[in-house]
Amino acid sequence: MSNTDIPVGQEGKSPAARPLVSAKALTKLFPVSSSWFSAQKSFVHAVDNVSFDLMPGESLGLVGESGCGKTTTGKLLVRLIDPTVGHIQFDDGTGQPQDIAALKGASLKAFRKSAQMVFQDPYESLNPRQTVFDAISEPLRIQHLGGPAERIDRVSNMLSMVGLTPPSTFLFRYPHELSGGQRQRVVIARALVVEPTFVVADEPTSMLDVSVRTGIMRLMDSLGEQLGVTYVYITHDLAVARYMCNRIAVMYLGKIVEVGETEELLGNPLHPYTKALLSAVPIPNPGSTRDPVNIVGGVTTPVDPHPRCRFYDRCPIADSFCRDNAHPPLEDKGAGQFAACYKV
Amino acid sequence: MNSVNLLTVDNLTMHYMTREGPVRAVDGVSFTVQRGQSLGLVGESGCGKSSIATSLLKLLPDNASLVAGSVELEGVDLIPLTESEMREYRWDRISMVFQAAMNSLDPVYKVGDQIVEALDAHYAQARDDSLERVRELYDLVGLNPGFMNRYPHEYSGGMKQRAIIAMALACEPDLVIADEPTTALDVIVQDHILREMKEVQSKLDMSMIYISHDMAVIAEVSDVVGVMYAGKIVEYGPTEGIFGSPIHPYTYALMSAFPSVKGEKRELATLPGEPPNLVDPPAGCRFHPRCSFATDECRVSEPPIVKQGSHWAACWNPLDE
Repeated sequence: MSNTDIPVGQEGKSPAARPLVSAKALTKLFPVSSSWFSAQKSFVHAVDNVSFDLMPGESLGLVGESGCGKTTTGKLLVRLIDPTVGHIQFDDGTGQPQDIAALKGASLKAFRKSAQMVFQDPYESLNPRQTVFDAISEPLRIQHLGGPAERIDRVSNMLSMVGLTPPSTFLFRYPHELSGGQRQRVVIARALVVEPTFVVADEPTSMLDVSVRTGIMRLMDSLGEQLGVTYVYITHDLAVARYMCNRIAVMYLGKIVEVGETEELLGNPLHPYTKALLSAVPIPNPGSTRDPVNIVGGVTTPVDPHPRCRFYDRCPIADSFCRDNAHPPLEDKGAGQFAACYKV
Repeated sequence: MNSVNLLTVDNLTMHYMTREGPVRAVDGVSFTVQRGQSLGLVGESGCGKSSIATSLLKLLPDNASLVAGSVELEGVDLIPLTESEMREYRWDRISMVFQAAMNSLDPVYKVGDQIVEALDAHYAQARDDSLERVRELYDLVGLNPGFMNRYPHEYSGGMKQRAIIAMALACEPDLVIADEPTTALDVIVQDHILREMKEVQSKLDMSMIYISHDMAVIAEVSDVVGVMYAGKIVEYGPTEGIFGSPIHPYTYALMSAFPSVKGEKRELATLPGEPPNLVDPPAGCRFHPRCSFATDECRVSEPPIVKQGSHWAACWNPLDE
């Protein structure tokens, strides 16, 4: 079951454009033992045979409920964890395309210059004993970039780019002296200071207040354009994904069940899970009504899942064909939209 | 729905004493809740929403004090009551679903027994009767009564939240305060739980106070909305009025910053700055440093109340239609 040839719907791009990141049959299994004395191993299929292409300059949203494998996918893409099976082709146009999954030692360290991650909680992802300068200059130190004077320049420059101005008033502050929004700006500055081409942002705004959130969303957008960064946004919030992403991939129990251009996918969801997810999002307008959410039960953990469609147990339209066949492949359903469902 | 006020809160003022000075967390807040009605309190973190909830139940930390105001539940002011008198009201008349309630279940007791414990504190009844009542409550909130004898770790997040709601309903209170009841939950579970809470509310003719930072959740569950900023209610009125024609620039800014999955994709607004430090809040209108309509009087004097029917806001430069 291979579904590696997902076109990306980037008609505007020249045909020569090659994907920056191309994940092929990416799989991550976590072992769990059923009992202390049992020799038999079970596996959580956190990410299961996931393939997609990411074009330069694009931003892809990974959405889904907690436990669907979105964060694991994000960590695999920047090699914070190793895939069990699968390849991640990375081609930033400067050198040879490389398989991130096979990188080791010095070449892995060099790759970290190109790919960075922004974490969810700005209260926990900054070391309370490090000043803003220490935090942002650490990647430069690790990558041996620039001397002391140049590092101060680059960090100050980065601070003004993320809107912490004047930089001199922020350089030697500690995280406890900053608000949540300012901390997240520092975290973003730390990720971008090595000038990466690829950034995975894991729920970058979910801990922030509404009035501060838009500022961070705008900032990431404009920095992405200015510095030519390709983003993967991991979020549980479809409304945020709508504003941050060109394309959205919906995940369910380790599988991508639907991918499409943002407005197409939100306007015309095909997969029954995407439909349910969308109709469950409350609307900030008391006059509007939503379709009832027609699925039951909750998300389970994919421990040694049945080979049939992952969504079978909760699906309102499943029939005997879904029961007796393997998990459906992601198929082109037109208009650049792909869904993994036999019934649509 | 009869329009008798169940709860009347007048000029409620609560300060946290800190080394830097008193933090004016709740500053002269007044509102009413009618029987069967739901009030939504919405605002950003640190604006005093949860402090109002703990003040109403007088579940305050040691460094907090109620400086002024009254909280009348059907004519009885709760503020002067002693701790033991207050215990008669808590859970029996007013109960609360806490923020991150999933973590408030004791991991070493069966969930059903924890609800029985709450019942035993208020009613002298046989254990079998209490268990029967828990079974009813489980049915009411959509939990399988078979799960009564299980431990919290065997429950999913949504199930724990349902159990906490069952516990809050155990003594059939007149008023339930739900502080961010679904914030840690996924949208599909959130949808189920909010629907069930609404059903239970109308079945039991309860009043609710929903507290949330999520404008969309508040828009869906509340009859009346109070928008809070820096310890004060800055705008108050029927939900349609608040969302349809906001008067206060802060309400308008909050709504224009809130993304929606439905409808036209409009530009999101950014609000400059951060909410103020409540040890030393700005003079005049507390929102003036971030307000694009601020004038000289905003910086000096407290804003007047502007009324449009039952909908009001505290602002010098109210927005027109």
